[in-house]
Amino acid sequence: MLDILQYEFIQNAILAGILVSIAAGIIGSLIVVNRMVFLAGGMAHTAYGGIGLAVFFGFPIFLGASLFTIAAALIISAITLKQKNNIDTIIGLIWAVGMAIGIILIDLTPGYNVDLMSYLFGSILAVSSNDILYISILLTIIIATVTLFYREILAVSYDSEYAALSGVNVKLFYTLILVLSALTVVIAIKVVGLILVIALLTIPIYIGQKISNSLAQMMILSGILSSIFTLIGLYISYSYDITSGASIILTSAVALLLYLVIEKSIKKLNEK
Amino acid sequence: MSILQIKDLTFSYHKDNVLEDINLNVEEKDFIAIIGPNGGGKSTLLKLILGINDIQNGSINISESIGYVPQNTNINTSFPIKVIEVVVMGHINEKRPLFGYSKNEISCAMDALKQVGMEDYANHRIGSLSGGQRQRIMIARALCAHPKILLLDEPTSSIDVEGQKQIYDLLKELNKSITIIVVSHDISVILGFASKVAHINKTLTFHDTHLSKEFNTQDEHFCEVELLQMLNKKSIKNCEC
Repeated sequence: MLDILQYEFIQNAILAGILVSIAAGIIGSLIVVNRMVFLAGGMAHTAYGGIGLAVFFGFPIFLGASLFTIAAALIISAITLKQKNNIDTIIGLIWAVGMAIGIILIDLTPGYNVDLMSYLFGSILAVSSNDILYISILLTIIIATVTLFYREILAVSYDSEYAALSGVNVKLFYTLILVLSALTVVIAIKVVGLILVIALLTIPIYIGQKISNSLAQMMILSGILSSIFTLIGLYISYSYDITSGASIILTSAVALLLYLVIEKSIKKLNEK
Repeated sequence: MSILQIKDLTFSYHKDNVLEDINLNVEEKDFIAIIGPNGGGKSTLLKLILGINDIQNGSINISESIGYVPQNTNINTSFPIKVIEVVVMGHINEKRPLFGYSKNEISCAMDALKQVGMEDYANHRIGSLSGGQRQRIMIARALCAHPKILLLDEPTSSIDVEGQKQIYDLLKELNKSITIIVVSHDISVILGFASKVAHINKTLTFHDTHLSKEFNTQDEHFCEVELLQMLNKKSIKNCEC
């Protein structure tokens, strides 16, 4: 098993997997407690528009996807804050339109060269050193922002009405949470792909939420769990030559199932 | 001395007035119950006092700080947050340390928890508490900013009877030093706790529970105070609605 660690692409995959898992643990926690899962799904799919844009105009794919998804996050934030009633429809719209733009732009790009599947299902084994650098920078931004504004983010997430009354700029921090989610979604696409991003941002987090007493603890535990699932999934993917993203998600799902069974048995034992 | 003064307040969301010519004087250490039917304008008045809604006609003068305890304490019970973290949110953002909370803020929050008798629960997860305990935590959060007026919106909805009594006993205790305004359709507030009762159904009728006047029920119109008298629960006289 250890001999596979000498390959650079495996080292990069492991590093990327851990970095993205930490980001997913932090931001996934915010997405789950703010009930933004559907919003994150919309942003993940609309990111494909950014990928198409980057391919068409020939600039770095991470950059294109980040800018495009941040724009989508700002639009979603503006609409959510103004009229909450139509939010489902608007997210559905952004979800599909972003993706459609991406597909058409890639169709139009002369000398087609991008493997669509690698973005849908991730390509963790193809992570480059530049990708690692980009992921590290984003993770640093995420950790710095969440640490500095933890109390505001906590106040807005827990009780936004009260936060507003005590002078917290709710709109600003709500938008900030969305933008950070957008960035996380973009880097997670590389690892599990845009279709499976939502699972990475919810399954480990669900367990993390159950076993934590505070949001900070939930972020840390979710990050650790997520890293473990990613590494196990990666190993299984390498051993059996199956798609890494799907393998990571199924590993997480099996772990969740195990957790639920154990939780239930403990409850039953306590009742007796 | 009047610390909250509402003068000729009229408010409408669209065409029809929700509130009409509201006049209310709250004096120091009053315990006021604002009662009235659903849709009668209680919540609107509350939002106007808190400054969530903008005043259209009339005026509200508040000379002291207000602590607010919102209605729904049962939302977000799955949120992983400790009691102390909820209470410390009550600090108004003036000065804050670069990271997290200052020692001063934490000790202040612990004092507020002591005031409501929940200091042993500081590190419990908020979702593990009962409805009544959670309500006391919300009161502690409001007390954190040392308000002179405490404004509570339906503090006993979805709390069992024992919990309700504890909440009102606590409010009575707090009332020794601060003014209490309770918005409620729970009639038991008036029994033994409130010193004044304001009934709101678009217009406001004031009942001073200390005074006793004749009351006469006008055709098929009851307010809760009259209802209580009909039930002979306690002889509260004075109702002009």
